[in-house]
Amino acid sequence: MLTYSANEMMALAAGRLIKDGDIVFAGTGVSMLAATAAKRIYAPKAVVFFETGGVDPILEEIPMAVADSRVMYGTCLNSGLIEAFSIVGHRKLHTVAFLGAAQIDRYGNLNTTSLGDYHRPKTRFSGSGGACDVASFASGVITFMQHDKRRFVEQLDYLTSVGWYQGGNSRQKLGLRRGGAIAVVTNLGLMKFDETSKEMVLAQYYPGVSVTKIVENTSFPLDVSGAAEAPPPSAEELRILREEVDPQKLIL
Amino acid sequence: MSKYPEIADKLMSLKKAVTRFVTNGCQLSIGGFTVARNPMAAVYEIVRQGISDIHLVCHSNGQGLDVLIGAGCVKRVEIAYGGNGRYAPTCFRFRRAVEQGQIEFEDYSNYQMSLRFLAGSLSVPFIPTKSSLGSDLLRVQGFSEKIRKQRKVARKKFEVIQNPFAEEEDQVVLLPALTPDVAIIHAQYVGEDGTVRIKGLSFADVEQAKSADVLIVTCEEIVPRSYIRLDPDQNTLPPFFVDAIVKVPYGAHPTACFGFYDYDPNHLNLYKKVAKDDDSFKKYLDGWVYGVADHEEYLSRVGAAALLSIKANPVVGYAQGLDRK
Repeated sequence: MLTYSANEMMALAAGRLIKDGDIVFAGTGVSMLAATAAKRIYAPKAVVFFETGGVDPILEEIPMAVADSRVMYGTCLNSGLIEAFSIVGHRKLHTVAFLGAAQIDRYGNLNTTSLGDYHRPKTRFSGSGGACDVASFASGVITFMQHDKRRFVEQLDYLTSVGWYQGGNSRQKLGLRRGGAIAVVTNLGLMKFDETSKEMVLAQYYPGVSVTKIVENTSFPLDVSGAAEAPPPSAEELRILREEVDPQKLIL
Repeated sequence: MSKYPEIADKLMSLKKAVTRFVTNGCQLSIGGFTVARNPMAAVYEIVRQGISDIHLVCHSNGQGLDVLIGAGCVKRVEIAYGGNGRYAPTCFRFRRAVEQGQIEFEDYSNYQMSLRFLAGSLSVPFIPTKSSLGSDLLRVQGFSEKIRKQRKVARKKFEVIQNPFAEEEDQVVLLPALTPDVAIIHAQYVGEDGTVRIKGLSFADVEQAKSADVLIVTCEEIVPRSYIRLDPDQNTLPPFFVDAIVKVPYGAHPTACFGFYDYDPNHLNLYKKVAKDDDSFKKYLDGWVYGVADHEEYLSRVGAAALLSIKANPVVGYAQGLDRK
């Protein structure tokens, strides 16, 4: 039997969601792996780009930050932030953004700013960066999370990036023309969102993970009626991830 | 007679540029993005000169932001992101300063800050966007009413209006322009005519540079006029925006400068270790900033072997195979 890590499963579970033609906005960490894996395994015609302005780099080595010089080599265009955000929100393009967060709620809204009182926080995080912008503009957002109750919360301490806002059609009512949360990829499984209510539902649990464990690690009610076991990584998926995507094992 | 007569009045030492243009209480913007092209030599010089009460306006400056805050130079910051890639998911001194109430801070997003610099560069007072509708960026104010009366601080964080050109309901966010007193960017090349060329990604450096009253450019190399004008499509800024030019090789270390050197994983890991603790951070500043006279002495402390290890392959722009763990 193949053995694999949670990060490997997460990168592949997210990569499988990318389709040819998607313009993929990648962040750091596992999201970088997922974007690279998507392009090498599932969607060779997808394009990976970064908020710093690097469009479609070769990525022979995994970048450690979105401003890493590795996102500037072999690109079709080296530009800047304004140009990058003109891509994220462009009406002609289907853009999918990978994000991470410290907290997420049932509607896929994200907190990357702080815990506790904003002015004198218990814990301060990095802040929005480009997350709030891509959550506003992209065709869809896929979020990476560690799955536990402190992170899957009833109420965010700070709403940095809007997902489905308060559910239903509340996102459109805000004046955001498209987008919303597509999926949440965790170390335990894959969540999606109900088409009407926009509440998070369990779509897949990873092999060896029980549905009960996922429910117990989520602070809000999670509809698990449609859940199925995720296909485990194949030998070929793992080979590409390990040998081609991150051979230096910087993230894996 | 200067070696570079066309820029003789702009060419100066880092010490002189900082002394002349970076003053206590000024609004400062620095270029670069997390681990790339932060004007670190200038940041260290600001720290050495003990400039205080800076109002820092930036989007995602990792290392430069953290050193300025950690050294106590910053009173107030408008920011989108305080992280440094895998080396600091949240910048350590920034985090400490916010959690302990040591600085005044206001959160925006990367695109919003870039737009605010763009507005400043276009000489318009505000700029619209659809970004951040529904988020707490539009619900929570970081600055108090008192701070909002201070010089160079916008009277409001934002305004949401109905799109004046639409029949149907359509909300738009207006953001106040930024016009910093000083911007400092680090470029690969400045021509002997003063033309600036940034290689790789420019981030929001161009908007930051043009929005500021004064622009200091530090650079790796000063190159002949004939070279910089041979391929003007590659150039970033014309000479007349630039007020001070300082040649500082390795001026972005420990952040990267595309085509010249990579970020320095050893130094960033050292920083990660020391920045978590007040005493060890103070010792770090004593050793690497206060304890050296200038950037040349800093570089000799970094050492030739370390600099060689991060030397970029000039064709691909980074140090291939560099151990980055």
